[in-house]
Amino acid sequence: MSEIIRAFLLGGCICIIGQILIDFTKITPARIMVIFVVTGVVLGIFGLYQPLIDWGGAGATVPLLGFGNVLAKGVMKEVDETGLLGVFTGGVKAAAAGITAAITFGYIMAIISKPRIKR
Amino acid sequence: MLSIRQRGVEALKRQLSKHEYQKLVDEKAPGSHYVRNIIAAFITGGAICSVGQIIMMVLKNFGADKETTASATSIIMVFIGAFLTGINIYDEIGKFGGAGASVPITGFSNSIVSPAMEFKKEGHVMGVGAKMFLIAGPVLVYGIFASVVAGLFYFIWKQVM
Repeated sequence: MSEIIRAFLLGGCICIIGQILIDFTKITPARIMVIFVVTGVVLGIFGLYQPLIDWGGAGATVPLLGFGNVLAKGVMKEVDETGLLGVFTGGVKAAAAGITAAITFGYIMAIISKPRIKR
Repeated sequence: MLSIRQRGVEALKRQLSKHEYQKLVDEKAPGSHYVRNIIAAFITGGAICSVGQIIMMVLKNFGADKETTASATSIIMVFIGAFLTGINIYDEIGKFGGAGASVPITGFSNSIVSPAMEFKKEGHVMGVGAKMFLIAGPVLVYGIFASVVAGLFYFIWKQVM
């Protein structure tokens, strides 16, 4: 139970940062998403994101910062194993599950569902 | 029964008063909607992450290792986001939760399904296929590019150290 509460608190706080950026800087949600993923990569490469995952679990991995962290972790792992080639393969390899799921489910749902008629 | 014209006037009046009301609220309480938005983002984002945590715990109970758990959790979260978008619920969550709905990975899959549904009439290739990446495209471009820069940085750092 305490794990769920920690995930709630951390995930909620990360989303507050996004909301503050939207409300006070007029940055669009799309840009917030880009900023979060890139920030996640930066935090991940310096190993600064792992402590958040250790504390908050899904509260850190579910937000897009976690997606960036996965990219960074993946590229570092591949560089360790295969050297320079890993620079090009590591990121997408680690994020493959999320990306492929997003494309597959996204395509299927878009095909079978109807948009609500805008009033 | 109201005539069509009368109904139009009624609708206009209602819209105007709603707009004026909003203006009045903004003047009376500047910044109060910031507080509301922040609380809504906290609750929504927190709730979505809690769902992720529950999925992780269930998978762990089934004996999945760390890496499988992480991948499977994102796949399931992405599916939930896409599904709720398809049945027109995620956009309502987004209206309430703002960044609380767009920052989690479910918001990433929402950003794929939502424009793809809307531009379906433009065909399967340039409509669904292209518009899927309206927002997800930039996220992937900058995310993957950042990972290459980070990897190169790490590679050079390893050679030097």
